[in-house]
Amino acid sequence: MTTLLLIEQVLNGLQSGIMLFLMAAGLTLIFGVMGLINLAHGSLYMIGAFAAAAVAAATGSFLLALIASLVAAAAAGVVIEVGVIRRLYDRDHLDQVLATFALILILSEGTRWLFGSFPLYLDVPAALAGPVTLPGGIAYPAYRLVIILVGLVLAVGLFLLIGRTRIGIQIRAGEADREMIAALGVNISRLYTLVFALGAALAGLAGALVGAIQSVQVGMGEPVLILAFVVIVIGGIGSIKGALVGALLVGLTDTLGGVLLPLALSGIMDASSATTVGSALASMLIYVLMAVVLIFRPTGLYGTA
Amino acid sequence: MTFKQLLAATCVVALGAGAQADGVKVGMITTLSGGGAGLGIDVRDGFMLAVRGNDDIELVIEDDQRKPDIAVQLADKMIQSEKVDVMTGIIWSNLAMAVVPAATAQGKFYLSPNAGPSALAGKGCHENYFNVSWQNDAFSEAAGTALSGEAGKVFLMAPNYPAGQDIMAGFKRTYEGEIAAEVYTKLGQTDYAAEIAQMRASDADQIYFFLPGGMGISFMKQYAGSGVDKPVSGPAFSFDQGILGAIGDAAVGAKNTAHWSKDLDVPGNAEFVDAFQAEYGRLPSIYAAQGFDTGLLLASAVAKADVDDADAFRAALKEAEFQSVRGKFSFADNHHPVQDIYMREVIKEGDLVTNRIVGTAATDHSDPYGADCKL
Repeated sequence: MTTLLLIEQVLNGLQSGIMLFLMAAGLTLIFGVMGLINLAHGSLYMIGAFAAAAVAAATGSFLLALIASLVAAAAAGVVIEVGVIRRLYDRDHLDQVLATFALILILSEGTRWLFGSFPLYLDVPAALAGPVTLPGGIAYPAYRLVIILVGLVLAVGLFLLIGRTRIGIQIRAGEADREMIAALGVNISRLYTLVFALGAALAGLAGALVGAIQSVQVGMGEPVLILAFVVIVIGGIGSIKGALVGALLVGLTDTLGGVLLPLALSGIMDASSATTVGSALASMLIYVLMAVVLIFRPTGLYGTA
Repeated sequence: MTFKQLLAATCVVALGAGAQADGVKVGMITTLSGGGAGLGIDVRDGFMLAVRGNDDIELVIEDDQRKPDIAVQLADKMIQSEKVDVMTGIIWSNLAMAVVPAATAQGKFYLSPNAGPSALAGKGCHENYFNVSWQNDAFSEAAGTALSGEAGKVFLMAPNYPAGQDIMAGFKRTYEGEIAAEVYTKLGQTDYAAEIAQMRASDADQIYFFLPGGMGISFMKQYAGSGVDKPVSGPAFSFDQGILGAIGDAAVGAKNTAHWSKDLDVPGNAEFVDAFQAEYGRLPSIYAAQGFDTGLLLASAVAKADVDDADAFRAALKEAEFQSVRGKFSFADNHHPVQDIYMREVIKEGDLVTNRIVGTAATDHSDPYGADCKL
């Protein structure tokens, strides 16, 4: 394997990690602040992608499509929070899992009613189609570079929001002690709706950004949801920093494992069984990573007990 | 769930209203919700188009949600309480393996409108199991033959599950040339950046891949954006009408093998395409064509024999006396198709991305597993 190929694969790992971060950030915020397990987070990702595909088809503008994904997912988040989730904060996690799983089914079939069963068309904007040549002669898709940049900008924005603003202080305080900040006069139910909408908007944006290079179809959110849960468990539930580090770890492990394991195994067995065994092992790798992290840090990398 | 049952019940009422006592009752278990629903809906719509207005066929439709356990429950319900005579509809090989052997062992007929696992074509063949679509290896065996000598070194990619391995085995069985690399991805994988980087770095001349449904859409879009310009080909599952719209221009020029295409010039095909488009407002896919042929086959057998006389009904099915939209169609001794397989190319007709036939990949193709079948 050449150095160039390795660098390209590291970039791929970063890009998939950054996308996972957008999903995981919302999930970990919602869990950290409200103590809610939201299985329907993947459906918000799907809603973002479908809204973007519909607006892109109607207007031809990718920028408008991205805005639509943010608005649609945030709006869906508000409706879901006010209509369903609000009743679940005092219930135990099993009730929450049951109710949000029902939401997955409702939102998936609802989307099918609106858009039909066949995947929608959403493509990268013409200006970003095709590869750019990076220093060192690596040809890398321009759109994926933009995804990495957008994700990093959003990550910085999120850290500033949580660490430097009044809303951020309230969110952190809500994580620590919700009765106390309610007693101090913060409108806790409005804060919860806001956090939920913020998480939903991030998931929707991730759906739209990824939908352009993957397929926009019903059920697209659930595989990502599972990975996002792995990310927040590794990073420590409730920690944005943990979500970022966990997402990058999972993205890099997943991408590099799939490439390097078959290669490493080909030294000790013949080519075709190295491929089969290597790909099988690679798909377990992130779960092995999760298990190892949990053995040494039972609350995750940045979690507090 | 209640809604689906209601829907199924409505279908029964609507279709069964004119059924006669001596008709045949058909249980269709197919995928109508979840990620792979497009395929099941096409099979169902094609089948319903073929049996439309036929008072002898009563149809019960249920959704398996692409889950083997649900498919098994539905099959039990259809056999025990609905008392169906014939079953059909399953899309996925793993679901077929869970349902078909049990159903045929209980004396039911099963007509497969999609999915042809090798286990049911060889030693596990059954006199009541008829495959109206293809054995899993068929398209890639034909592709291997057709590409021999012109494709050079080939880079193979498929998901790491039995059908993926079957299809790659089919290609390797017939391809006379060098395999540059063989990569197995996770089933349901959505990001192919790592594999595309390997393709760029390899010395392959051509990419041959099998990625059905959403996986194929993701791969083709990412491949088009990567700047790698090696030609791609694969079995028709990755280039079918249902997903071409979502891939768009990125698929144009790709070669793929199939037993049917909308421009195939055989009697009845143009009428089928027109009727399907008029009824459902979209172009038919290979799955719709298979569903349609399954319906025609069933209707031909119902016209000839009473389903209660199993031997006569089986013989009538085996004769396959219907005008297939694929042209020539007959059953080999293991009840799997003997048919021509064509090389198709993805083209753009106006704004529409679709396929056209560019040649024949295999004539009178039948699967290699039949030798192990004792029928």
